[in-house]
Amino acid sequence: MGNTPRATRRYSARSPLVGYLLRRLGTSVLLLFGVTIVTFALANLVPGDPIAAALGEGAASNPATVEAYIKERGLDQPLPVQYANYIGGLFQGDMGISLRTTQPVADDLAKAVPATVEIALLAIIVSLGIGVALGSLAAYRRGKISDQLVRVFSLIGLSIPTFWMALVSFNFFFLQLRIAPGSGRLSPALAPPPTVTGFYTADALLAGQWVTFTDALAHLMLPVFVLSLFTIGLLTRFVRTSVLEVLDADYVRAGRAKGLSGSRLLFGYVLRGASLPILTIVGLAFGTLLSGTVLVEAVFAWPGLGSYAYNSATSLDLPGVMGVGLVVGVVYLSINFAVDLLYGVLDPRVRLA
Amino acid sequence: MRTRWLKIPAAWITPLGVIGAVIAITWVGIAFTARLWVPFDPLSQDLPRLQAPGIDTLMGTDALGRDIFSRLMTGASVTIPLALMLVLMSLAVGTLIGAIAGYFGKWVDELLMRLTDLVMAFPTVILAMVVAAALGPSLFNAVIAAFVVSWPQYARMTRSIVLGLRTQNYVMAGRLMGFSPFKTLRVDIAPNVVGPILVLASLDVGTAILLLSGLSFLGLGAQPPTAEWGSMISAAIQNFDSWWIGLFPGLAILTVVMAFNFVGDSLRDIFDPTSQVSRAGARS
Amino acid sequence: MSDITTPQTADAAAAATAPVLTVDELTIGIGSRKNLKSIVKGISLTLTPGRIQGLAGESGSGKTVTSLAMLGLLPSNAVVGGSIRLNDTELVGMTHRQLNEIRGRRIAMIFQDPSSSLHPQLTVGVQLTDHVTRHLKLSKKQARAHAIELLERVRVPNPAEALARYPHQFSGGQRQRIAIAIALACDPIVLLADEPTTALDVTVQAGILHLLRDLADERQLAVLLVTHDLGVMSAIADDIAVMRHGEVVESAVRQEIFANPQHAYTRELLASLPGAAGFEEATE
Repeated sequence: MGNTPRATRRYSARSPLVGYLLRRLGTSVLLLFGVTIVTFALANLVPGDPIAAALGEGAASNPATVEAYIKERGLDQPLPVQYANYIGGLFQGDMGISLRTTQPVADDLAKAVPATVEIALLAIIVSLGIGVALGSLAAYRRGKISDQLVRVFSLIGLSIPTFWMALVSFNFFFLQLRIAPGSGRLSPALAPPPTVTGFYTADALLAGQWVTFTDALAHLMLPVFVLSLFTIGLLTRFVRTSVLEVLDADYVRAGRAKGLSGSRLLFGYVLRGASLPILTIVGLAFGTLLSGTVLVEAVFAWPGLGSYAYNSATSLDLPGVMGVGLVVGVVYLSINFAVDLLYGVLDPRVRLA
Repeated sequence: MRTRWLKIPAAWITPLGVIGAVIAITWVGIAFTARLWVPFDPLSQDLPRLQAPGIDTLMGTDALGRDIFSRLMTGASVTIPLALMLVLMSLAVGTLIGAIAGYFGKWVDELLMRLTDLVMAFPTVILAMVVAAALGPSLFNAVIAAFVVSWPQYARMTRSIVLGLRTQNYVMAGRLMGFSPFKTLRVDIAPNVVGPILVLASLDVGTAILLLSGLSFLGLGAQPPTAEWGSMISAAIQNFDSWWIGLFPGLAILTVVMAFNFVGDSLRDIFDPTSQVSRAGARS
Repeated sequence: MSDITTPQTADAAAAATAPVLTVDELTIGIGSRKNLKSIVKGISLTLTPGRIQGLAGESGSGKTVTSLAMLGLLPSNAVVGGSIRLNDTELVGMTHRQLNEIRGRRIAMIFQDPSSSLHPQLTVGVQLTDHVTRHLKLSKKQARAHAIELLERVRVPNPAEALARYPHQFSGGQRQRIAIAIALACDPIVLLADEPTTALDVTVQAGILHLLRDLADERQLAVLLVTHDLGVMSAIADDIAVMRHGEVVESAVRQEIFANPQHAYTRELLASLPGAAGFEEATE
């Protein structure tokens, strides 16, 4: 093994990761098609009258309009053809016209995605930081009072209806205490920074607009806090379990036997060992965050996917709702693919032969 | 293994589990009796509008002059039975599908598991929202939508347990003795599935309540004038200054969900001893 | 017959040099205060430079717990009594901070299964140097040079390249050699080896045992070899103590134990060994 020539080792060291990633990519693409089938089926096959829904009651009562719509959309053709048309349309960015905004859904969503991703990314960072800290603490103090307290707090975190928490905290911190900024992404007096990433905080930093940056960050705080409560609970519990398992591992005992200090052992050995299961749950946590935005953004008038979904749902704008479902499905799939990628990077057994 | 859960009693008495059980039972009791004792008709609009909590109206009134306390208590009879029904439905269907997939394997397994993959490719609330919107807004459709997203977890868990058991000696022995597939599933496999599924189900009651009230919050569940917690909170968005409209229904959801989570988490300790039993016993 | 410290061991120890590690009336109990399970019931041992002290016994006899106690690695609910002295320093009752100056630096340990005792996500180089930079205050570069020397000594091929590789890229025998290199990196005076060959293929066991023997001789290491396998003992141990139910039932130099076992339990262990041919192979 040790005598293997360098060249072949290089080769064998690279191929497993590539193979692994190709497999994961294949799965993701298949699921992506699955996602489109689901949204297509829901938009076209469910009981109820999609045409009436698309045209609105008034227009749907006019046979000529309905006829024209059916022709235009190809709704008289067999289902597989309709699906092919649907996919073809998606590739050209056609997700239908929103009944509520009368704009193409794709255009509306393109504007909304960065706002939501900004919130979700920040929330995942906050949740991960707090979750790892609390989960490790609980694992190290297994069975002690602090462990029990963490357990109760994380269970409460998992029990809070986020949309209610959004309302209550907005009411309390903004309307009563006046310490949180109002709704939206920026104070009305400020102009959005020039778009690079679409994240106001990052863009403001890139443009060197310090005031805009702090204002954007301040507007993020409350929504991120509300969204994070659930994921903090989720991650804390999971980190605790993973760390407990690793604390029991021989390599941690071996690290102790080497006389490594507590912090070196925690960060270098324990958390590194627990990183793979934690990473898996981070992917899942992203899903709950995206779910959460639908219920939270509307309260803060945050112009993201969540508000769009809320407004589409409450006004029964079916194309809008389907568009959100599709885009969030794609975002979620991409995140899970990124998690797989990171998994390959973090685990040398996947990365190397 | 099979006798483990007969020795529960001592372990039942955990503070968390007891607190959870008491709160949960109280709420279930309220759900089934509230209509008999609430002070006002939850739908009548005769009271002064937007009245702050006081002696007459414990939790104030809403923008239409309805008593929030009465609506809150009768709201329990909307959400809790539906959530319990939803969990039972998902449990029954999911467990059956998971058992079939795990037991028969091959293409049956492949097909059913790809189906769960598809559902799990979406964040739950998003898919539920899309399904509910497609079916049209009603409480019944919200339950269907919630069912669509919640059965796969039972299927996944049951399948993995069954897969693990299928090759165990005593299960093989049963099959060699000529047990039919369903007898094997019932006699040799079901007892091992009960514990983990029970834990999942009790935690899932909380999730179901959050999901149903979330859909109602989005306007896709309970329709006016039904007294339902999620839609009561939704109404509060229009009346930010009247804090009591939204505060109490949220507390109701929080306490019920928390109670079921406490119970579920305590059950987990009982059914999954590895999660709690001291790992102190060192090798020697 | 139940006379534990036979004159022979005392003589043998005196004939060499003074012991570096003395275990005196060590007791270990594990559990809560109300429900304390006694694992080790007052054993005494000495470790002497250049000599390998075998500690034999079946699983559950308390031999691994004894070795863990020497590093203060017992679980937090363990109660330790008696004395463990490293030269003149008492280890029982030390804080973790104090113990960290001893662990790896003065007393090192290798474990049963190198595939689990090496961190799968850290390179061999990191695991070979992180405690060296801490204990010996070497620079990264010095530590690396030192690590290469060590890998050469334990005969891991291509040491410089091996540093950049991960444990799973080595064979079981090589992993245990790496673990030995890690243990010896800070030049300890005592080496605890807990079943160092049990998890390895029979074909590589002898190589590891000989390496341990050579290292004990050339570095004047005091080695504690914990194993249930008297075949392993016969290959390299100088002295052997036989443990059962937390007590040392017999202790003598190797030849004495094998030629003239005093205790019935020792005879039982010997009888369970494969034929004499087995020793010859192992000793080769």
